[in-house]
Amino acid sequence: MIGLTPEELALVGATFLASAVEIVETFTILLAMGLTRGWRSTIVGALVALAVLVTLTVVVGYTILRLIPESLLQLVIGGLLLVFGLQWLRKAVLRSSGLKAMHDEAAIFAEEAAASRAAGNERVLGLDWFAFVVSFKGVLLEGLEVVVIVLTFGISAGNIPLAAAGALLAILPITALVIVIRGPLARVPENAIKMVVGLLLTTFGSFWAIEGLGLFATGQASLDWPLGDVALAVVLVTWIVVARALVVLLRRRRPAVATSVA
Amino acid sequence: MSAVRAFGRFWYEFIVGDDWRIAAGVAVVLGLGAVAVAIGLTGPGLPIAALFGLVVIFVWPLLGE
Repeated sequence: MIGLTPEELALVGATFLASAVEIVETFTILLAMGLTRGWRSTIVGALVALAVLVTLTVVVGYTILRLIPESLLQLVIGGLLLVFGLQWLRKAVLRSSGLKAMHDEAAIFAEEAAASRAAGNERVLGLDWFAFVVSFKGVLLEGLEVVVIVLTFGISAGNIPLAAAGALLAILPITALVIVIRGPLARVPENAIKMVVGLLLTTFGSFWAIEGLGLFATGQASLDWPLGDVALAVVLVTWIVVARALVVLLRRRRPAVATSVA
Repeated sequence: MSAVRAFGRFWYEFIVGDDWRIAAGVAVVLGLGAVAVAIGLTGPGLPIAALFGLVVIFVWPLLGE
């Protein structure tokens, strides 16, 4: 990562981690399809969905950049990022405090594999249609959230290609892990990654959305935070303290729930 | 279910997720912030107050879990 500024590193790190969580979940579906129905149709379905996601990122990203003024962009993008970030953070806090069961990739894999074995054998264009559709939908739906994160981070930082590179980079190590393990990635610390991504999305979302409120001022210029960009670090520390305090408080208030499929 | 309803439901679940109070809370805080800016309250206290509002709308529902 030589030659990248701290802001660019944060950009790549955030999209890499967000993408990594979604890819782990996607691979559980792909593995269940590949191992029970065959790899060819599963891989074709995944690649077609990936092509749709990349096209969507390029077309929507550049269209938005040309049409929308900066403060409106900050408000809309920051607001969206904030909603996503707070949802990720909420789930991570609830799981860390034992109020919500951990995401169980092994159990999800078993469910998907059982459904796959019970499905019919319809063939379309030489492909196993069930495996194709399930892997296409899996990659598309899990990837859509990554596309929104890549676009929001990329547009705000003025560097969509770098944000997309961070997301695509996550594919390599996780694919390598899946090839080595040959099973669902049940041991990846998914909740810890979700907590970090939730904190990053919430921090950038708060910062940009509040700056974007300048849209309603005379002149429509973005609002200034006290301390300028240093305020970003203060906002991050604020959310870390809030999340940590909530985990401690909620753990004390209620005993842990039994683990099951989330 | 019609295609339009299914499309709307997909985006609702995608953006609002499983706790509507987060999206509603963010909308309320940013809405109040917009009103404050529109009436000329653009001092350094506004970003801090807005951040405090966001923390409150996040913490409050969780404490009721």
